[in-house]
Amino acid sequence: MPERTVAVASSSGLHARPAKIFVQAAARQGVPVRIRVGEGKPVPASSMLGVLSLGAVHGTQVTLDADGPGAEAALETLVALLARDLDAVDG
Amino acid sequence: MGEALRGLGVSPGRTAGPVIRIAGPPALPDPRPVTDAVAEAAVAARALDAVAEDLERRAAAAGDPEAADILEAQAMMARDPMLADGCAENCDAGMDAPHALDAAFAVHRRALVDAGGYFAERAADLDDLRNRAVAAALGLPTPGVPAPGHPFVLVAEDLSPADTAGLDDTVLALVTEKGGPTGHTAILARGRGLPAVVGCAGALTLDDGTLVSVDGATGEVGTGLTSSDAERVRTAGARERAERGRGEGPGRTADGHPVKLLLNIGSARDLADGAEGVGLFRTEFLFLGRRTEPSLEEQVAAYSAVFSRTPLVVVRTLDAGTDKPLPFLGLPQEPNPALGVRGLRVARLLPGVLDTQLEAIARAADATGAEPWVMAPMVTTAGEAAEFASRARARGIARVGVMVEVPAAALHADRLLREADFLSIGTNDLSQYTLAADRQHPGLADLLDPWQPALLELIGRCAEAGRAAGKPVGVCGEAAGDPRLAPVLAGLGVTSLSMAAVCVPDVRAALAARTLAECRELAAEALAADPRPPSS
Repeated sequence: MPERTVAVASSSGLHARPAKIFVQAAARQGVPVRIRVGEGKPVPASSMLGVLSLGAVHGTQVTLDADGPGAEAALETLVALLARDLDAVDG
Repeated sequence: MGEALRGLGVSPGRTAGPVIRIAGPPALPDPRPVTDAVAEAAVAARALDAVAEDLERRAAAAGDPEAADILEAQAMMARDPMLADGCAENCDAGMDAPHALDAAFAVHRRALVDAGGYFAERAADLDDLRNRAVAAALGLPTPGVPAPGHPFVLVAEDLSPADTAGLDDTVLALVTEKGGPTGHTAILARGRGLPAVVGCAGALTLDDGTLVSVDGATGEVGTGLTSSDAERVRTAGARERAERGRGEGPGRTADGHPVKLLLNIGSARDLADGAEGVGLFRTEFLFLGRRTEPSLEEQVAAYSAVFSRTPLVVVRTLDAGTDKPLPFLGLPQEPNPALGVRGLRVARLLPGVLDTQLEAIARAADATGAEPWVMAPMVTTAGEAAEFASRARARGIARVGVMVEVPAAALHADRLLREADFLSIGTNDLSQYTLAADRQHPGLADLLDPWQPALLELIGRCAEAGRAAGKPVGVCGEAAGDPRLAPVLAGLGVTSLSMAAVCVPDVRAALAARTLAECRELAAEALAADPRPPSS
């Protein structure tokens, strides 16, 4: 299964506004994406509660995986999002 | 009109309107056997939907984008697929909808708490969602502050800070069964000019929609009104408010003895016309909800915004600690925070926070040409007063004072005044410590009554020390805004009264109605009075 690992760039971590933007984007992908920290249990990336429970702060390495058609493109989009400081984004 | 309920009037003004009660968290009934797991799961799913829709509606209506963001994030939690799946699994395992919701929320709550830090703080949001969803599944009213879309009188057992932060302009008045004159509800109501009655037994027996009149001065809550009665009370209340606002000029007794009328403010937003300056600039509001200390520059800007608009400002340095925790201070929990590291005592552990604040005040003074007075909260000994004064003066602050909130400080007011230029008496804490009664305790309101002669005696002692030293002694606690008490405080020798803007007109009128000699007689009577018996 394709997977990608990236460090969370947002200064407040995957919390508050960055978590909201990420979860909304994950829900828009046509394919289910999962997210985990290290070898921890993966949670659906479209789950606000799952994503918050990762406790991912600024700099935490998170791993995304997805399977099926469009998986690579979905991972590409979400990894790019995590690599930006979403605290500083408008809208 | 019908019979009246009676409580303690804590914020003056009259109004009338329909009651809406805040529902408490729903009680979970005993589990019931489930025959149709699919139907139970549907009930749970509908409850979650209803909660999410309500939050989305409020997010769309919220004026401020930050509030909308928070509400949207909460709605996303209610719509979380993991939560819905968990509920369905619980129903399959034989739980009824309310228990399935409760158990599903509990799993995620634990996960957030385990994640720690600011993730754990979201557990309170989840509890709120859980209460709303369980209430929806049980067909109970939604907990939390209602938003009916029309003016109403809010009735509650008590109001939490979170409840009061969410109040909008449709709230006409506040009535609570619990609470005292120095509690959160009272302070908020006075700050916003909302009539309020606290400690009102039986208030929760009023049905939603009942028309009531509220008199925030006498504490009377009238029932049995027709809608034209209610209209008449509202009109009269509005007229009285307009008349009260007309008085102006400095505070004076009938024979011209000056007693300065000052404002208690939290930021430049609270400044209002009609007072002679600011007697208490609470700086905590700059620090609340912060994960990091506000920068020197940010503090300079916030202080300058106030200094540039008013000639006399008394700034209180940060009043936080284990009683009012601030995340960035990182103080450990204490078993008895009221007697722990709070107020000036925080500087024992974190001197840098105070030094930065004093530096910011000094720079804001330079930038605006103002000459702020600066005082520290929770000073206990003359030694502490001397230490604080030297730190403030080292930064060029000319007028340095201390707050008197601890009986030891009041007893040694004369020694404190050898170190400080003025005293400001915080009656809320001074009552709590003098009468050994927790400010938050709903059953001890009689002990916290500012008419307690022992409290008045300590105030008089401070005022006497001020007179001997030729230095000002003010009162900035809630007692200062009470028009019945103002002449007594003037008679005790207090030189200024600092209060919420809404209280200024009544206090000015109360002082103007009496000569200084009459104020002194009132003070002597109050000192000699028997303490009030506990109210039943």
